Amino acid sequence: MDMSMRKETPLSGGLAGVTLGRPMALTLPVVVLAALAPWLVSAYELNLLARFLAMALLAMGLVLVWGQGGVLSLGQGVFFGLGGYAIAMHMKLAALADGDLPDFMVWSGLDALPWWWVPFKSPLVAILGVVLVPGALAALFSWAVFRRRVGGVYFALITQALALAFATLLISQQPSTGGFNGLTDFQTVMGLELGTPAAAHGLYWLTLALVVGVFVALRALMASRYGLLLRAIRDGENRIRFLGYDPTPFKVVAFTIGAVLAGLAGALFTLHAGVVSPALVGVVPSIEMVIWVAVGGRNSLAGAIAGTLAVNLAKDGVSSAFPDLWLYALGLVFVLVVTLLPGGLAGLVADAGATGWGKRLKTLIIGEAK
Amino acid sequence: MSAQATASHIGTTAPASNLLLAMDGVTVDFDGFKALNGFSLTLDRGTLRVLIGPNGAGKSTLCDTIIGRVRATSGRVIFKDQDITHLPEHEIVRRGICRKFQTPGVLPGLSVVDNLMIAAKRDRRWWSSFRHGVAAEEKARVADILETIGLADRAAAPAGQLAHGEKQWLEIGMVVATRADLLLLDEPTAGMGPAETSQTATLIRRLVGQHTVLVIDHDMSFLEQLDARVTVMHQGQFLKEGSVAAIRADADVAAVYLGRAKENTHHV
Ligand SMILES: Nc1ncnc2c1ncn2[C@@H]1O[C@H](COP(=O)(O)OP(=O)(O)OP(=O)(O)O)[C@@H](O)[C@H]1O
Ligand SMILES: [Mg+2]
Repeated sequence: MDMSMRKETPLSGGLAGVTLGRPMALTLPVVVLAALAPWLVSAYELNLLARFLAMALLAMGLVLVWGQGGVLSLGQGVFFGLGGYAIAMHMKLAALADGDLPDFMVWSGLDALPWWWVPFKSPLVAILGVVLVPGALAALFSWAVFRRRVGGVYFALITQALALAFATLLISQQPSTGGFNGLTDFQTVMGLELGTPAAAHGLYWLTLALVVGVFVALRALMASRYGLLLRAIRDGENRIRFLGYDPTPFKVVAFTIGAVLAGLAGALFTLHAGVVSPALVGVVPSIEMVIWVAVGGRNSLAGAIAGTLAVNLAKDGVSSAFPDLWLYALGLVFVLVVTLLPGGLAGLVADAGATGWGKRLKTLIIGEAK
Repeated sequence: MSAQATASHIGTTAPASNLLLAMDGVTVDFDGFKALNGFSLTLDRGTLRVLIGPNGAGKSTLCDTIIGRVRATSGRVIFKDQDITHLPEHEIVRRGICRKFQTPGVLPGLSVVDNLMIAAKRDRRWWSSFRHGVAAEEKARVADILETIGLADRAAAPAGQLAHGEKQWLEIGMVVATRADLLLLDEPTAGMGPAETSQTATLIRRLVGQHTVLVIDHDMSFLEQLDARVTVMHQGQFLKEGSVAAIRADADVAAVYLGRAKENTHHV
């Protein structure tokens, strides 16, 4: 027993702190079922599912950044927005004849396209922009901050300020950003006629494929030395520093990957929703993103997807019936999760698997200290 | 090639090349309070040195200054003939110094073996971390250290679940796993019983030669078992240096410890 342990444990990749999905046997049927969704649900439901899956990409990024890296970002909306606006700008331009301006610019009295719009005429620039703009911004920003050893609450507050500034900037620059209404009314993307069932199905499958791909890739990343070191830095940044590692680049990489995924999520969401606006990228949406992951379990990729779907489905239900109640309901859910279920849904499933529901119920009811 | 260079180096400047670390008039000023006050110390390669002094003498601050956690207000720290006083912490460690903290600094959420794996990793640059494989040599080293520190059967346990003494050993193991030339062990036997303490002394004595070791401790029986040269510091300054027996018999040393002991009894 001793020998086998010696042989295997060193290569376990350090799964402590990673609640990976439940048995892999479950994953395949879920993916197949999801792929068949276009024939199983209504067009409206498919569109909702597509939006939520897009957001799940962002949520998985937060697992890496927040769960594994211990870096709470309240500014993911910024990167989501950058991705969304990048693709939206392209779609606005692609629909125009040469020399024409998007309608809102004409109404605002602009007579030339702002210089920073021009490159987005190219589909390639737009696609690259979706990932490179958020990625580059995140890398520069987080490097500057982490290098000065700013972390924890201060980092969270800075990112929140970033979200506020970004939304404010978008609104204030109405002539070139579309202001409060954002960008909407798209016709085609890369030759695909938006609004047709073919486009809806294609974009849905693209999103699903990205979710599966990112899930697999992040899982591998979390199991690598990098993932182990990221968790180690989360648990003891100084100890790691005094073992000869520089924690800054590890955190910068995580934050950058999180931002790239947020940008991708924003672009796909914009395609599914047909709109991107400051209301989707500011302080409140950025906090909501963290709540999806808190609900699902911040160390679990599968949990993050489940949390995103669950919270957004609930939002769809609650906010169409009682629009004023949603934020209160969300706040309540957040408080409940933080106090009762620190591991989120994934933690609940893991506990149920390990110790049975009885114990969890007892904990829930009696509130036994952990 | 490097062996030859080293050999000729030794040939020409024999005394200097045996020197591993030199602290040269180091002062650390915490808003007017001098935790180190013009302190100097030299350590030769492959030797063991014990540092003692009453509470608050500045022993931990000394380690902090060597490793870059605290910066010298004046004076220099020279390691392998190079000035490391102002290098970033991880750079200092990569040059070959590793420290065990006074309160055990293991990573509680990671398994015992992962703690050691991280310490044993040779290439600590971030881009080399995107691999799954572990070098056979690192694996062997970790297995070896697990055996030495007696934690082979706890390899998969989270480090946070270890007993206090086991955490101390794990951290010593981590420090050793880095292959540092200079090991700074701050109170390695705190919280250990007599049996564990003497095992620790044996462990440390085995490290000497391959490593240079600086041990901070208060426990007299532990110091006797280590049987090394002792440096005594008091109020941030050098007080005495000598063998354990000489230090035990020294009146000045007794005075600073007794003074402290008297204060303590008054408080009690
Ligand atoms: N960051 C700091 N700011 C201000 N004072 C400090 C700081 N760190 C240490 N000190 C003070 O410096 C003095 C030396 O502390 P140090 O921890 O080096 O002592 P020590 O010799 O290790 O003592 P002990 O045997 O109790 O571990 C103490 O009086 C301590 O209060
Ligand atoms: Mg101390």
